[in-house]
Amino acid sequence: MSAGKPLPRIDDDTRAYWAGCARGELLLQHCRDCGYVQFYQRALCGRCLGAGLEHRPASGRGTIYSFSTVYRPPSPEFKDDVPYTVVLVELAEGPRMISTLVDAAPGTVGLGQAVEVVFDTIAPEVALPRFRRVDPRCTFTPAAP
Amino acid sequence: MGSYTGQVAIVGVGETPVGKVPGKSALWFNAEATRLALADAGIDKHQVDGLLTCPSFVAPFHRMSVAVSEYLGIQPTFSNTVNVSGASAAASVSLAAAAIHAGLAETVVVCCGDNMLSGMTRDLAVKALIESRDPQYEAPFGLLVATTFALTAQRHMAEYGTTREQLARVAVITREHARRKPGAHMTAPLTVDDVLASKSITTPYHMLDCALVSDGGAALVLTSAERARDLRKKPVYLLGAGESYTQEHIFCAESITTTGARISGGKAYAMAGVGPGDIDVAGIYDCFTGTVIMMLEDLGFCKKGEGGPFVEAGHITFGGRIPINTHGGMLSYAHPGLPGGFFHIVEMARQLRGEADGRQVEGADLALCHSLGGGFATNATIILGTEPHA
Repeated sequence: MSAGKPLPRIDDDTRAYWAGCARGELLLQHCRDCGYVQFYQRALCGRCLGAGLEHRPASGRGTIYSFSTVYRPPSPEFKDDVPYTVVLVELAEGPRMISTLVDAAPGTVGLGQAVEVVFDTIAPEVALPRFRRVDPRCTFTPAAP
Repeated sequence: MGSYTGQVAIVGVGETPVGKVPGKSALWFNAEATRLALADAGIDKHQVDGLLTCPSFVAPFHRMSVAVSEYLGIQPTFSNTVNVSGASAAASVSLAAAAIHAGLAETVVVCCGDNMLSGMTRDLAVKALIESRDPQYEAPFGLLVATTFALTAQRHMAEYGTTREQLARVAVITREHARRKPGAHMTAPLTVDDVLASKSITTPYHMLDCALVSDGGAALVLTSAERARDLRKKPVYLLGAGESYTQEHIFCAESITTTGARISGGKAYAMAGVGPGDIDVAGIYDCFTGTVIMMLEDLGFCKKGEGGPFVEAGHITFGGRIPINTHGGMLSYAHPGLPGGFFHIVEMARQLRGEADGRQVEGADLALCHSLGGGFATNATIILGTEPHA
């Protein structure tokens, strides 16, 4: 199903992250100097520029900060997947990330729904962190900030 | 060092035919628009000592500004290929003005052209898609550029109660504007129901909520206010400019419903010494309908969250509080990729010169242009006026 789709181009910044995904762990970087928790993986802390970053497994839980159900595939390789729902997930630890939902009928997705990570192996040693809804009831309407 | 408010003027504008214009190259769209802008200004090409353009998706020259200069047979001493995605339009004008003010150049052409409709092959389109999103954290999930903007609209709807109908209304109003502008890519009348019934692309956006894919090019000629006074066209002065670059990834944005446009707009207003209530007409980058609603808020034309009702009340068309995109914008006039935002600036210059036949905002003295890109990663605002001081 993923033939020809873009695979992550792994480099020194992200090797540990993708290795974590391959063994079923969603890693976040924690800064030993300032305590900042960051996503995505970098060689330095995006808040204090410290290099003392430690990978720790995230809880894998979060909520849907926003979503969009895609009907028009970005390229032919995604044609068999539409409609699929892209989510902007706010992780329990704070950072947000882009992913897609598994098993989500269009029209049932809502902001604030609780999600948890599942790993989808798309190539040898490469697993994408996707999300499934813990409770597919919309429980939250965001208030204006 | 003071600001360059009122020190630099747009003295010539040009645009090629837009829409489906087969058989031409990206270089031609740049060069033809520039030829027309120089003729409009009454300036010989040998007086041009600066040239800025943007990259082409179709003809990815490594040195696009140099390739365009060579095509035109000029050898500028100030040149660059500006690439802050959609914000490049207003950002290029701001950069050209800074260069003129600093004495790096006297006469700068700012141009942009591409043929995304006629020249884009499937391979180029896929390449452009993949390269436009992060190869590790976004592209593997099938993230369309449109989806990044759709995420912001979805959240805006949830936070503020913005409706699908209000989004659609932006497309309907700007289509009416395009019908007044000769040569617009799309001129068939449009209703809210048409927009809602068009194919779903990436929720909440349907096909007619999305900018077009066109061919076309636009160019501007800038010089010092002092020189501008002796030229044939009424100068359009640059009174304020501001930019903001808040994040690369949508998932790193602090807010996805309040954007860097607040910062870029604030800086531009401060430099010009004006506020949103003083602006007579505006060109707002309209890659998607919801984008316009959010920009109306962040640029201060209405309160945060009130963009939907503001549009619904008719405030963005002729006779309203702030007519926008009087040429039809990227939703209906033309969107050849990066040139899309340049047409807004050409149109605002025409409005300030009183040349917008059939769509003139009477007594327009102050205009604002806002360009943005990458799911609000980049924002640039400029304020233009008929006089060197607001």
